[in-house]
Amino acid sequence: MPKLLTGAEIVFKCLEDQKVEHIFGYPGGAVLPIYDELKNHPSIKHILVRHEQGAGHAAEGYARSSGKPGVVLVTSGPGATNVVTALTDAYMDSVPLVCISGQVPTHLIGTDAFQECDTTGITRPCTKHNWLVKDINDLSKVMHEAFRVATTGRPGPVLIDIPKDVQFAKAKYKKPNKEKKLNGKSHNKFSQDQIDELVKLLSKAKKPIIYSGGGVINSGPKASQALREFVELTGFPITSTLQGLGAYPGDDNQFLGMLGMHGTYEANNAMHDCDLLINIGARFDDRITGKIDEFSPNSTKVHIDIDPSSINKIIKVDLAIVGDVTNVISKINKTISKRKNGHSKSNKSSIAKWWEQIGKWREKDSLNFVNSDESIKPQHAVQRLYELTKNKDTYVTTEVGQHQMWAAQHYKFNKPNRWMTSGGLGTMGYGLPAAVGVQIAHPEKLVIDIAGEASVLMTMQEMSTAVQYNLPIKIFILNNQYMGMVRQWQELLHEKNYSESYSEALPDFMKMAEAYGCKGIKADSPAELDDKIREMIDYDGPVIFDCHVDPNENCFPMIPSGKPHNQMILGPNDQEENKIKGKGKALV
Amino acid sequence: MPKSKSAYSIPTKKQKPDTYIFVVWVDNEAGVLARVVGLFSGRGYNIESLAVAEVDAVKNISRITIVTTGTPQVIDQIRLQLTKLVPVHKVAEFKREDKGVIFKEMALFKVVGKRNKIEKCLNACKKFNPVILDETKTSAVIQITALRREIDKMNKKLKPLGLISTSRTGAVAMTRGAKIFN
Repeated sequence: MPKLLTGAEIVFKCLEDQKVEHIFGYPGGAVLPIYDELKNHPSIKHILVRHEQGAGHAAEGYARSSGKPGVVLVTSGPGATNVVTALTDAYMDSVPLVCISGQVPTHLIGTDAFQECDTTGITRPCTKHNWLVKDINDLSKVMHEAFRVATTGRPGPVLIDIPKDVQFAKAKYKKPNKEKKLNGKSHNKFSQDQIDELVKLLSKAKKPIIYSGGGVINSGPKASQALREFVELTGFPITSTLQGLGAYPGDDNQFLGMLGMHGTYEANNAMHDCDLLINIGARFDDRITGKIDEFSPNSTKVHIDIDPSSINKIIKVDLAIVGDVTNVISKINKTISKRKNGHSKSNKSSIAKWWEQIGKWREKDSLNFVNSDESIKPQHAVQRLYELTKNKDTYVTTEVGQHQMWAAQHYKFNKPNRWMTSGGLGTMGYGLPAAVGVQIAHPEKLVIDIAGEASVLMTMQEMSTAVQYNLPIKIFILNNQYMGMVRQWQELLHEKNYSESYSEALPDFMKMAEAYGCKGIKADSPAELDDKIREMIDYDGPVIFDCHVDPNENCFPMIPSGKPHNQMILGPNDQEENKIKGKGKALV
Repeated sequence: MPKSKSAYSIPTKKQKPDTYIFVVWVDNEAGVLARVVGLFSGRGYNIESLAVAEVDAVKNISRITIVTTGTPQVIDQIRLQLTKLVPVHKVAEFKREDKGVIFKEMALFKVVGKRNKIEKCLNACKKFNPVILDETKTSAVIQITALRREIDKMNKKLKPLGLISTSRTGAVAMTRGAKIFN
C-alpha cells in the first residue's frame, strides 16, 4: 500500500513536482500545518514578507522576470483579503500566480469562525479559477490543475483554499497528469490560411504599424526573438504598450516608442494615420485607444492574441488570429521568407514615404523637457539612471503615477522580462515588493524600483524583507512631494484645485533607510545626481535613494480624455510656441 | 458639449440591444453557478431569467439556460467570457426570434375564488396546456407552459379572476429536429 501523506506534505510534494523554488508568504493560524512542514523541504525557500499584499506583488515580480509562476502562501481571513489587491493586479496584467490560502477547519466554515472569510467568494472575480479543497483526496489533483490553469493560455492568478483539517488529513499523493485535459480551451488553433491572409495584407500596406503588447513577453523570450525577425523582415515601424516594453529593443530606429495616453507623438500619429495595424499580444486598453470612434479610422486591423475574448472586445478587427504569439509570428516569418522575392523588394520601397512622414513626427521630439541647473527634473533623473545602468542588464520595477510614465518614456529596454510595472490595475505600492521578487529570481542582477514617494509609502514595510534576505534592491524615489499624476490631472482638468494631493508630512527617507538597516542616499541638485546614482549602484545592499525633483513637472506628451491619437498635448516647449501663435494647447 | 474632466473616454455610439438565450454546459460542482452569475454581474451584463439543473448525473454535467439582452458585440463577449471559465464545457447562444429553437417557461398560478372564476381562468389558459395540480372548492393551482411574454400576459389577465400567487421558472431551450446545439 502506498504511503499516506498529510495535506501539508502533499502541498509540498506538489510544489516540488512543479519545480517551485521560492514561495512568498506570511504564516498564521490556519496555515500552520503547512509552515510546520516547510523544514522538511530544503529545495523550497520561503520568503517572509511583512504584509500579504507584498507577498503577492513579490510573486508577481518573480513571475514576470523569470517566466515561472509565482507562489504565495497566506493564512485565512485577513491573510487572504490582504492578498486580493495583488491577485487582481496579476489578473489584469496576466501574471501567473498560485496562491495557497489556509482556511478554518471544514466543520467551522460558514459559522463566522475566528479569521474566517469566504476566500473563494472574495477572490472569484480576481482569479482565473479558484478551489476550496474540502476533501483531502482532491488535494494533489487540484494543486496540479492550479499550476496548469495559471500558466497555460493567457496566464493569470489562481487560488487554492485549504481548510486546516484538510492540511492534517492523510491521503495518497498523485503525480501530475502528463496528458493535458484542455476542456475545449486550447487557443492555438490558427490556420495557414489566416497567416497567408496576413502576409497578403503586409505586402499591400503603404502605411503599416506593428503594435505589440504584454502578450509577447508572456509568450516567452522566443516570442521577442520572433518579433524582432518579423520587424526586420518587413521593415515596418513598431510601437509598444506599457507592458510590451523590452520585447523589441527600445533604442532601435524602427521603434517609435510607447503609444497611448503618454506615448510619443510619432507612435500615436502613426497609429492614427496607418492603413494596416497589426496588434500582437495587446488588448486595445482604454489608455491606448483614446476615443474609440476615432481610433485609427482608416486602417485594416489585425489582432493576434491567445485570448479569444480579447478579440473584438473594444475594437472591431478585420483579421483575428487566435494563438500563442511565438507560434503565430514564427509561422508568419516562415511564410514571408518563403515568398521573400516579391515581397521584400516591393514593400520596403512602398513604405518609404511612410517612414518619411514618421521622421517628420519624430522631429517634434515629443519627450523633450526643459532641463534645469537648479532643480532635478524627474525626466532627467530617469535619463541619467538609464545612462548609468544601461550596460548592466538592469531589471526595473515601478510604482504607479508620473514616475512610472517617465520611466516608460525615458528608460529604454532591450530585453523582455526586464520591466515590471502595474499597468492594468495601476497599483501604487507595486514596485517595491515586486523588486524583492525580481531580486529573489535574479540574485546577481541590478534591480531598481523607480518609485514615487507617495506610492512607495504604501508598501514601504517590505524594505524589512529586503534587509532580512540581504536583497540589494535600489529604491529610486522621484520625490516631488505630490501624488504627481493626481496633481497633474487637477492642474489640467480641475482648475488647479490640488485637493488632497500634497503630502504634508513626508518621512525623512534617509532616517527611514537607517531605521530599516539599509543605506539612504539623497540628491537635491543636478550637479550631484550622477555621483549619487553611481554610489547607489556600487553599494552592495538595499538602498533608498531620495531624489528631490521639481514638484511642478508634468508628464507630457499626453492625450487628453476623450480625444483621438492625433490630438495630443505636447510638452512645454511646444506649448510655448503655440501660445505665441495663438493656437491653443491642443495640437491637431 | 462641456469639456470632459474624466480620465476615461465618453461612451458614444450605442447599438440596439437584442434578446438572446445562452445555454451553458458546466461541471456540476460547488460555486459554478456563482461563477457564471458573477461573470454577468461583474461585467455589467443583464440576466432576464435563469434556469439550472443537473442533466447528466454520470458525467456530472449541469445545463444552465440564461436569457439576456445585449448588442451583438456584448453577446460575443458573453460567449467568449463564459467559454473561458474552467468548469464550462460548451456554450451555445441564439436569438429569441430563432425559429429553429424551442423556448419555454413554466408557471404555476394559484387562483382563489368561486368555481366559475376558476373555470374562467382555466379557459383563458387553454392555449398553454393547463394542468390542474391541486384543487379545492375555493382554489386551484394551474400549471402552464408558454413563452415569457405569454406568461406575462396571463399573469395580468388572471389577476381580476382571483390569481393570488404566481411562481415561474426561467426559460429552457431545445433545438428543433434531429439537430442538437453545436
